[in-house]
Amino acid sequence: MYEKDGQRYFIVDGHIHAWDGRPSNQANRYGEGFINCFYDYHRNLSPASEVWPIEDFWQQSEDRILHDLFEVGYVDKAIFQPTYLTDFFVNGFNTTEQDGAITERHPERFIVNGSWDPRDGEAGLDRLEALAHRWNLRGVKLYTAEWKGDSKGWKLTDPWSYRYLERCQELGIRNIHIHKGPTIYPLNRDAFDVADVDDAATAFPGLRFIVEHVGLPRLEDFCWIATQEPNVYGGLAVAMPFIHSRPRYFAQIIGELLYWIGEDRITFASDYAIWTPRWLIERFVDFQLPADMTEYPPLTVEAKKKILGLNMAALYDIPVPALDAVPA
Amino acid sequence: MRTLWEALGTVVDPELDQPVTDLGFVSEAVVVDGHARVRLRLPTYFCAPNFAYLMVADAYDAVRALPSVTSVDVQLEDHFAAAEINAGVAESAGFAGSFPSAGGELDELRLTFQRKAYLASLDRLCASLPSGLTLADVPPSDLLDAMLRRRSALGLSCSPDSPLLLDEHGLEMTPLRRRHARSVRLSIEGNAGFCGGLLRTRYLNRSS
Repeated sequence: MYEKDGQRYFIVDGHIHAWDGRPSNQANRYGEGFINCFYDYHRNLSPASEVWPIEDFWQQSEDRILHDLFEVGYVDKAIFQPTYLTDFFVNGFNTTEQDGAITERHPERFIVNGSWDPRDGEAGLDRLEALAHRWNLRGVKLYTAEWKGDSKGWKLTDPWSYRYLERCQELGIRNIHIHKGPTIYPLNRDAFDVADVDDAATAFPGLRFIVEHVGLPRLEDFCWIATQEPNVYGGLAVAMPFIHSRPRYFAQIIGELLYWIGEDRITFASDYAIWTPRWLIERFVDFQLPADMTEYPPLTVEAKKKILGLNMAALYDIPVPALDAVPA
Repeated sequence: MRTLWEALGTVVDPELDQPVTDLGFVSEAVVVDGHARVRLRLPTYFCAPNFAYLMVADAYDAVRALPSVTSVDVQLEDHFAAAEINAGVAESAGFAGSFPSAGGELDELRLTFQRKAYLASLDRLCASLPSGLTLADVPPSDLLDAMLRRRSALGLSCSPDSPLLLDEHGLEMTPLRRRHARSVRLSIEGNAGFCGGLLRTRYLNRSS
């Protein structure tokens, strides 16, 4: 919980990791390049006071995660989003099992999400079901640009994807987080293209599609489809830290999202450990859209409360305490 | 006569719609006795290889077209797919030849981003103009020239009586499409700023 100027903000960090990027776990130059790329994001977009040495960035202890998120980070509930990358890291970068182990020790703090890949076919459906029962999944994180054998990625509209989405529906997994990330291997098309989310969201109105990083670097395409699909949400991981380094650009991102999809479908995330939640939350609560950006709806205290926690709490049925204003 | 740097200035990052020379992507460019040596660098190790390929290939073609140049050595550095891209460009293998499993050439991808670049240039020009204008109504400016170059590259009408507000398919824009062009521009400009920042972090603030 964060309190400022007599207002209380319930915080759900919708996108965090417990990763192992240490050299000992790097399987090849891709693994090394991957964690270094993350570290450049961290260095480039963090205030100087929040920049860690690379050794701290490789892996965070459970104590450090608890400290950064809950002791000093104001977070009430955090959602693990796995990133397997088993081709790059010996034991995987950030698996459901790694995240789940921490979640089981602190069930009041964390929610753990799973993952699936439609190219795993029938066997993958069985694995999804086992994963769902083992970890009581309510969400999954998907990565459509991932290369696998001869495949150059996949789409949410592939026939097998629909079978997995149907299975998610049956298993009560309603939150589908989609990462439209950079390609790991060459593609002849735009790996950030969100058009398939549009079709899947229409086909599965009972599921919620949270597009991570609000479609960046294709914010315009994300806004265009999300405005037409009521069950598409925008996750702010990676967008948040621009609040420090490029506040006008951050204002434009938030302004565009408010204009196209509105304050009910925008969700906060730190992308921990790329960034830590404390400074992001403090600055967001203080943030105002610049006075010259008159074309955008206002960013009110109520909108900030929704974005920082209430919207994601609704998606995951997280109980929210009363947020009555406190004496300043 | 066009210099090596000017030739490289015609090479555009398709995603960011800016010359690679302005973006800081050219780390070395020299001609010695007719031999041109060019080194390119990108903001991250994992920058999309398809766009990287287009820039390296375009740089190769632009430099080779210089009359003063007899041999060309263009190489991308510090990128996970640099070896495949450099070899493919040097052998004129094309993207599909360099990456047989990638599934084809990059023409469609390039077109997608030419369309985005056009919409952004239109928004830059029209930000302070009333609606309902034809091209003939717009006073001359660099912004107009920049928009017309992109519009003509897409094969859209550039005749004086053509409506100013044509979308990327040549249709008159609805208010929503007009607003979308604003988002396209903000997105491209935002990405350019992010990429510029990452490039500086990678190459200027490199710690030990």
